[in-house]
Amino acid sequence: MSLQGYAFADVADVRERLRETGYLADEAIATTVFLADRLGKPLLVEGPAGVGKTELAKSLAAAVGAELIRLQCYEGLDEARALYEWNYKKQLLRIQSASGATGEAAGDAAAGTASWQQTHDDIFSEEFLLSRPLLTAIRRDDPTVLLIDETDKADVEVEGLLLEVLSDFQVTIPELGTVKATRRPFVILTSNATRELSEALKRRCLYLNLDYPSAAREKEIVLARVPELPEKMAESLVRIVRALRAMELKKAPSIAETIDWGQTVLALGFDTMDDAAVTSTLGVVLKHASDQARAISQLKLGAN
Amino acid sequence: MNLLDRTVEFTAALRRANVPVSSAETVDAARAVGAIGWADRDALRAAFAATMCKRPLYRSAFDSLFDLYFPPRIGDGVVLPDEGGPAGEQQPGEQRNGDPSELTPQEIEALRRAMRDQLRDALLDGDDEKLRDLARRSVSAFGAAQNGPGQRSYFIYRVLRAMSPETLIADLLAAMLGDDDRGGLEERIARQTIADRIRAFEEMISSEVRRRMAEERGIEAVERTAVKPLADQVDFLRASQRDLVELRRQVYPLARRLATRLTARRRLGRAGRLDFRRTVRASLATGGVPIETKHRPHKPHKPELVVLCDVSGSVSSFAHFTLMLTHALREQFSKVRAFAFIDTTDEVTRFLRGLELGDMMARIASEADLVWFDGHSDYGHAIEVFAEKYPDAVGPRTSLLVLGDARNNYRATSAAVFRRLCGQARHSYWLNPEPRSYWGSGDSATTAYADLVDEMVECRNVEQLQHFIERLLPT
Ligand SMILES: Nc1ncnc2c1ncn2[C@@H]1O[C@H](COP(=O)(O)OP(=O)(O)OP(=O)(O)O)[C@@H](O)[C@H]1O
Ligand SMILES: [Mg+2]
Repeated sequence: MSLQGYAFADVADVRERLRETGYLADEAIATTVFLADRLGKPLLVEGPAGVGKTELAKSLAAAVGAELIRLQCYEGLDEARALYEWNYKKQLLRIQSASGATGEAAGDAAAGTASWQQTHDDIFSEEFLLSRPLLTAIRRDDPTVLLIDETDKADVEVEGLLLEVLSDFQVTIPELGTVKATRRPFVILTSNATRELSEALKRRCLYLNLDYPSAAREKEIVLARVPELPEKMAESLVRIVRALRAMELKKAPSIAETIDWGQTVLALGFDTMDDAAVTSTLGVVLKHASDQARAISQLKLGAN
Repeated sequence: MNLLDRTVEFTAALRRANVPVSSAETVDAARAVGAIGWADRDALRAAFAATMCKRPLYRSAFDSLFDLYFPPRIGDGVVLPDEGGPAGEQQPGEQRNGDPSELTPQEIEALRRAMRDQLRDALLDGDDEKLRDLARRSVSAFGAAQNGPGQRSYFIYRVLRAMSPETLIADLLAAMLGDDDRGGLEERIARQTIADRIRAFEEMISSEVRRRMAEERGIEAVERTAVKPLADQVDFLRASQRDLVELRRQVYPLARRLATRLTARRRLGRAGRLDFRRTVRASLATGGVPIETKHRPHKPHKPELVVLCDVSGSVSSFAHFTLMLTHALREQFSKVRAFAFIDTTDEVTRFLRGLELGDMMARIASEADLVWFDGHSDYGHAIEVFAEKYPDAVGPRTSLLVLGDARNNYRATSAAVFRRLCGQARHSYWLNPEPRSYWGSGDSATTAYADLVDEMVECRNVEQLQHFIERLLPT
């Protein structure tokens, strides 16, 4: 419930405006984004690496003219890095300078207590607060897309924190009081599904499973990103990439790699994807030597 | 029945298929429909998926049920372009030809040929709309069988036999490829493309057959057969080749969790190095005096794992799974040693390194030394050989994991040796793919072994494996 009304008029509007930023959404993506806006719920986007999860959040921000605030998750991420923390170095300096000042006028115990209370109040004020992405996003008055990227990399405890923040969009800082969002950010969480996120978190979110796109859409994406690439070439690239994905590889090629491949073959001036072209540029799409070896043998490259 | 009631029934069907939907989520689903309306079926599917289907695992059940409860409104009232004729209750294929059972064999054959030609073209173009249309018409024409007065059944295999898309492959390849493309990359990719399209066509046929059956019998009757068991409930002992591929996807994250669980336990207890930043931070509330010190968590030590798995015929798909699990575990432990046995034991650790799973299976089967006498399971002999040949494998830091059904062909169990091994290990667990109620029956030697390990666990599917992992070491 963005308090300022809705960002999109209908599903077609989502699709159109994402397209203007260079993001090609299919029906499911556009519908789900539209619903996240209408229902005012966080959107959890799950899928393999490089299918455009992060890109979706970025394009969405661009499409609605919002600022993107990103919380990158990793193992060991804690509240201090996700929400806020006190700037202890600065606080220490303040304590030291304060105790220097009161030390001279010493003697009176009551005065000492009072001034400590004063210092304590001072050092737990706005000035010493380091705001991290979650708090920052909640406090903003302008349109905001909050991207919580790679949520599955964070420890389970962080989910508890997210759950709290995403249910009522407010944060209580004991020393300062409760901060409540005046304008709810559009929240996108992404996950590579290296582990299951908790049911509770999922219940709070709308869910979008992003997988590799259809051949037609992938071709479109490649052509949008590498406009000079001849359509025929884009088509063969996509077909080969799909064949590669069907093999059991350590790391299946993602959309990003298809795009890189398009750029490479264009730069090298190939005009068909024959065995030689594929063999000499395969390193762009397959990063592991063993994957390359496997692809070469399964595609029988260089056999004829 | 109105669409809202239909939605309620759909939700109930999801729950029956073990797709969990909370009541908050049904409210979300209703709000979502309110926002997008009923007119666009694809959008409706996306809206329900966004609100009620939150794991890829559930998606295939979700789609089957969605197709049943919200069938496309074509086929009963829409004139399909190349059929002509007035629209009516009947399928277009039937309108022109009457009931196929009234056609002469020659006429049926002519119809079949014509439709196969159309199928060829549609597969060549990859035109999903045409394929869907053909799926509908071929089910009308060839799928029905009269069983009893007024009772019709539809069969997928009848349609597939008539259309036999596989036999079009050669034709399609010829049409897609020039002469010099043969044998190389182009051919391989063309084959892949054709196979994908045929698979999609077959899916369309089965969903159309389900739709017809639902019309004949009511949705409820079809529902149970329409929804395959969720992948995490597929029985290891009955898993098909295709199931195994899906299982593989599920096992890797589980292996990671199993490893973290085994590691987490060691992390508890003693505190680690002083965390300066957090200590100072905490001290600020007490005027900079560090009353409470903060410590970093211990660097987790990777434990050692020894896996001993039965790869005999009685558990071959389970063996596939256990090797898969071992393969996935190898990255998570400082030291993994794996041993496979049928009636004797060989170390297979060397096959785990740097190999693809598929290659690993093949090499274990062809190169490891697993058969000593007759190739029937002999746990007793296998355990003795293991203890004798690898005396240092199991030590005080080792978790020992045995995977097998303990079907021992009534042979000696070597329980004493096994007891000693379990005593040496830090933990010992046995995962058994048989239902607990079969344990001890016939030649099952579970009674001899179950008490010697920390725990013997029924592990018939991924779901149970997951429970085991969760229970194993509560965080
Ligand atoms: N629908 C799309 N339209 C246009 N470009 C796309 C689309 N999907 C993906 N891309 C391209 O693919 C690249 C990879 O996408 P992105 O980095 O968002 O993947 P990701 O899913 O976040 O991967 P990871 O899990 O590795 O973070 C982007 O740089 C973008 O150029
Ligand atoms: Mg990303």
